[in-house]
Amino acid sequence: MATITVERKPLSLLERTYIPNIVAGLTTTFKRMVKPTETLQYPEQRPAIPTGYRGVPTLVNDPHGREKCVSCQLCEFVCPPKAIRITPGEIANDDPNAHVEKRPKAFEIDMLRCIYCGLCQEVCPEEAIFLQNQYSMTGYTRAEMVNNKDRLYELGGTLPDQHYKWDKKKTAAEAASRGGHH
Amino acid sequence: MSAAADSFLERAPLELRDWAVQLLPAPLQWISHHLITIVAVLAVFGLFFAFTTVAERKLLGRLQNRLGPNRAGLPKFSILPWHIRHKLFGLSQPFADAVKALTKEDIVPAAADKVLHFLAPVVVVGFSLMTFAVLPFGRNLIPVELDAALLYFFAAGSASELAIFMAGWSSRNKYSLLAAMRALAQLISYELPLILSVVPVVLVASTLSTSAIVQAQGAWTFGVLPHWFVFTPWGFAGFIIFLISALAESNRSPFDLPEAESELVAGHLTEYSGFKYALFFMAEYFGLTALSGLGVTVFLGGWQAPCELLYWVPSYLWFMGKLILMIMLFIWVRGTLLRLRIDQLTRLSWQFLVPLALLNVGNAAFWALTAQWSGPLQLVRWAVSAAIVIVPFLVIGRSLSAGYAPRTYRYAP
Repeated sequence: MATITVERKPLSLLERTYIPNIVAGLTTTFKRMVKPTETLQYPEQRPAIPTGYRGVPTLVNDPHGREKCVSCQLCEFVCPPKAIRITPGEIANDDPNAHVEKRPKAFEIDMLRCIYCGLCQEVCPEEAIFLQNQYSMTGYTRAEMVNNKDRLYELGGTLPDQHYKWDKKKTAAEAASRGGHH
Repeated sequence: MSAAADSFLERAPLELRDWAVQLLPAPLQWISHHLITIVAVLAVFGLFFAFTTVAERKLLGRLQNRLGPNRAGLPKFSILPWHIRHKLFGLSQPFADAVKALTKEDIVPAAADKVLHFLAPVVVVGFSLMTFAVLPFGRNLIPVELDAALLYFFAAGSASELAIFMAGWSSRNKYSLLAAMRALAQLISYELPLILSVVPVVLVASTLSTSAIVQAQGAWTFGVLPHWFVFTPWGFAGFIIFLISALAESNRSPFDLPEAESELVAGHLTEYSGFKYALFFMAEYFGLTALSGLGVTVFLGGWQAPCELLYWVPSYLWFMGKLILMIMLFIWVRGTLLRLRIDQLTRLSWQFLVPLALLNVGNAAFWALTAQWSGPLQLVRWAVSAAIVIVPFLVIGRSLSAGYAPRTYRYAP
C-alpha cells in the first residue's frame, strides 16, 4: 500500500523546553474556568422544548370536551412495540355524544414498551393521539408506568381545533332526513 | 514596623491561648499550653482540608465546563421548627462526604495483616500532621520552634512513605504490593530533588530554622519589591523544582501514578474502604498543604507582606493567602496536565531535576559568596546566576530529548 510520509518540522528551542506548551494548556483551562457556565440546573430549570418534539403519547379532547378517540384501534395495530391496548366500548343512546361511532372503554399505553416513534399520531384518523412535551416518565413499579385512559387525557388536555367532524355529520344527517331529497 | 509587629491582631491568637491556659490549675498549664496549639492546628487545617476538597472539586469542575458540587445544603432535622433551604453553594459537601465515609462498611481482607492494615492509615495521617509543627503560620505563630526545623519536616514527610508500603504489604494482595513498590519508587525519586531544591535556601540564609528563613526574606527594595527567595535566579529555579517535586511527593496529577484511577484499581489503596480510605485521602491533602506551606515559607516569604504598605495586615493572613494560592495552582495544574508514564516520571527526576537541583546548590553558593558585590557588579551577579540556571536547563533538556524529535508519521492515503 502506498503511504504518505508526513514530515514534521523540527521543534524550535523554545518548543523543546515544553514551557510554551504547558503555559498554553494552563491558559486554555483558565479560560474555561472564567467562562460563564452553560449548565442547566435540571429539576428547577427545564429545557425549552422545540416544536415538533415527540414526548409521551397522550389523548386529547375537542373544545366541547368530547374525547376524540373513537377506538378504531389503528394505533394499536400500527404500534411497532405493541405498547397500546384499547378496549372499544359502545356509547349509550341517551348520551349527548351518541352520534359518535364509539369510544374506548379502556386505553392503555405501556411506557416501558413505547419507543416514541410517533406512528400512532401519524396514523390516527381522528387526530386524537398526540406526542406532546412531556419527556420525563418515572415510577416505582411497572404498573405505574402504564398510562391508563384517565392519565392519558390528563396529560393530553384539549386540542383547540374547530373541526367538530361528528357534529357536522350529525347536522348533515338530520338535514338529509328532514329534506329527504336523495 | 515594631508597632505593627506588636499590634493586637498579631498577638490575638497567642493572648487567647495564654488566657485559656491561666484559667487551668498550675500543674496542667504546661501540657494544656501544647494541647491548645495542637487542637488549634488540627481544627484550622482539618477545616482547611475539608474546604480544599470542595474547592478542588469546584475548580476542577469549572476547568472542565462543569459546576462541581453545588447541592449539599443543610440536613433537615425534624426536631427543629425551621429549615434553611439554601444550598450554601455546596460548601457543606465535605461534611456530607465525611458522614458517608464514616458510615461505610470497612472491609479488611481475610488474609491481611490486621494490625498493619489498621496502622497504615493512622500512621500516614500522623506523620503528615507532624510536619505542620515547624511551619511558621505567622510572626509569632509557630507550634514548635526548632533549630533544625527543615530536617524535621523532611524526616516526618519521608516517614509517610513507610505507611504507603505498610498499606501495600499488609493488604496481602500482589497488586497492592506492586503498586506500593511503584509509589515508593516515585516518592524516593522525588524526595531527592525536593530536599535539594531547599538546600540553596539553607545555604543563603545559613539556617535550618523555618522562622529564621522567613525573617531572612523580610525586606523590600523601594518598599514594593519583596526580598523573597523566589525573586532570585537560584530561588526561582529552586521554587520550580520544589513545585514539581511537591506535586510528585503528594501523588498529584500529573504524577498521580500510584493511584491512577484509569489505569489501576486504586494502587496500594485497593484493599482499603470506608473511613480508612478517607484517612489516606486526608493524609494526601495534609501532605499537600504542608508542602505548600513549606514552599510558601522557604521561597515565597512565609508570612511576610508583599509590600511595605501592607505590613499592617496580620501576618497569618498573608501566610494563609499564599497557601491558598499555592493550593489553587496545584488544582489548576491537576486540571491541565496529563499523567506521565512511570519511566518518564523517574527519568524526569533522576536525569533532569536532580542535576539541575545540584547545580542550583552551586548557584546559591556563588550567590552567598558574592553578597557584597554592588553597583554594576550586581548586574554581573544576576547574569551569572541566571546563566547557571538557564544554560544547564537547555543543555540537559536537549540531550534528554535527543532522538525523540522530529518524528516521522506515516499515514495510509
